[in-house]
Amino acid sequence: MNLHIDDFKNDDVATLKLSGEIDAYTAPQLKEKLLGYVKEYDEVQVDLEKVNYMDSTGLGVFISALKTSKENESKFKLINLQENVYRLFNITGLNEVIDIENTVQGGM
Amino acid sequence: MGSTKSGKQDYKQLLMEYLETGDESVLYRAEQFSKNSIQQSISPDEIVNEHYQSLLDIIPDMDDRIKSSFQFLIETMISYGMAYQEYHVLREKQIELRSEIGVAANMQDTLLKTQVPQVDSLDIGVKSVAAKEMNGDYHHFIIDDKGNIGIAIADVIGKGIPAAFCMSMIKYALESFSENQIFPKYILDSINRVVERNVKEGMFVTMFYGFYDVDTNYFHYASAGHEPGFILRKESHEFEEIDAKGLLLGVESEVTYEEKFTQIEKDDIIVLFTDGVTECRYGDRFIEQEEVLDVIKSFSHLPAQEIVDSVYKYFERLQDFELRDDFTIAVLKRIK
Repeated sequence: MNLHIDDFKNDDVATLKLSGEIDAYTAPQLKEKLLGYVKEYDEVQVDLEKVNYMDSTGLGVFISALKTSKENESKFKLINLQENVYRLFNITGLNEVIDIENTVQGGM
Repeated sequence: MGSTKSGKQDYKQLLMEYLETGDESVLYRAEQFSKNSIQQSISPDEIVNEHYQSLLDIIPDMDDRIKSSFQFLIETMISYGMAYQEYHVLREKQIELRSEIGVAANMQDTLLKTQVPQVDSLDIGVKSVAAKEMNGDYHHFIIDDKGNIGIAIADVIGKGIPAAFCMSMIKYALESFSENQIFPKYILDSINRVVERNVKEGMFVTMFYGFYDVDTNYFHYASAGHEPGFILRKESHEFEEIDAKGLLLGVESEVTYEEKFTQIEKDDIIVLFTDGVTECRYGDRFIEQEEVLDVIKSFSHLPAQEIVDSVYKYFERLQDFELRDDFTIAVLKRIK
């Protein structure tokens, strides 16, 4: 399974729309792109509506993005998470430190 | 050219025999010849060249166009030969690396070894299986002089060799606590600082820490972003989730963890695992948590070690079972 990344930019806000799975194979490409955006833009949002599977490697990517955004004083948030993906953020307590907006029904 | 004179003679001999007899057994010897050539790192273009030289001897009046065509073929095969040489070098390197990783995995086993405590009141079993050579899961037991038991189950996010180093650090940090400090909240507060300070960006740890008091039969626990544990209650024959809120280790330096406790009755079973257990797949399907719990329940009459072994065996036998992540499951059964 692959991960497809679409990006939309306007002025200071960049949106990455992901579709597919985030795991050890797809995480490196996501990390490279996401960290670049977080450094470049004042606000970055990642749309996870079409991500139906994410493992702990994905969490690592978003934690790195959170740290980078703090260093760069930019905003970073996740939107439209499927339930099973949100569950990971909830278990790990990351929902308390990462800005998460909207979770959507559905999943597997 | 690395081919030997006798090799050339052999090839020519084989070719002549084949042209004369058409005997299939010669084809078999030709196969042996090519295997030998591979062992001696003879490249494909050299074999084509041998074929050409042999033909010149066998058919002296060969058409010039056929001769040229062989020169053409040899040139074409040269880049094949180079790719082949490169493949050889990479293969040797790979063998070397694999043996290094083997050494590292052995070291990990030695460094991280933990003894399952033997106490009167508890029967304890653990099963930990690495998806790849290096295990990213870790479990550790601490026993104090009163026989109270501390158990840590951890999953390092970011696998392989760096994860193994990270785990050694956690193990030594865990072992440095004095016996009156082995309460879950205190341990997670401290370990979090150790991980946050010492682990490079991009590596994080989830940990569940439990402390079983053998006098009161209370189980105290705290979680740093780890999968919740469960207690299979003897009385109701139902699972009860045990979870405490807490951020995974290494993200922020000052985190205060929540500690909870629960009374454990005789024949209650405490079950702790890592997310590898619910991340394994068979075919297109993930194994659901309820399914894991059902399987545990079906083996709950067995001794603790047999429960965890049977659970793993059960999933391993499923068709197209695929272990995507390291799998660790620990069971503590109160028997007195």
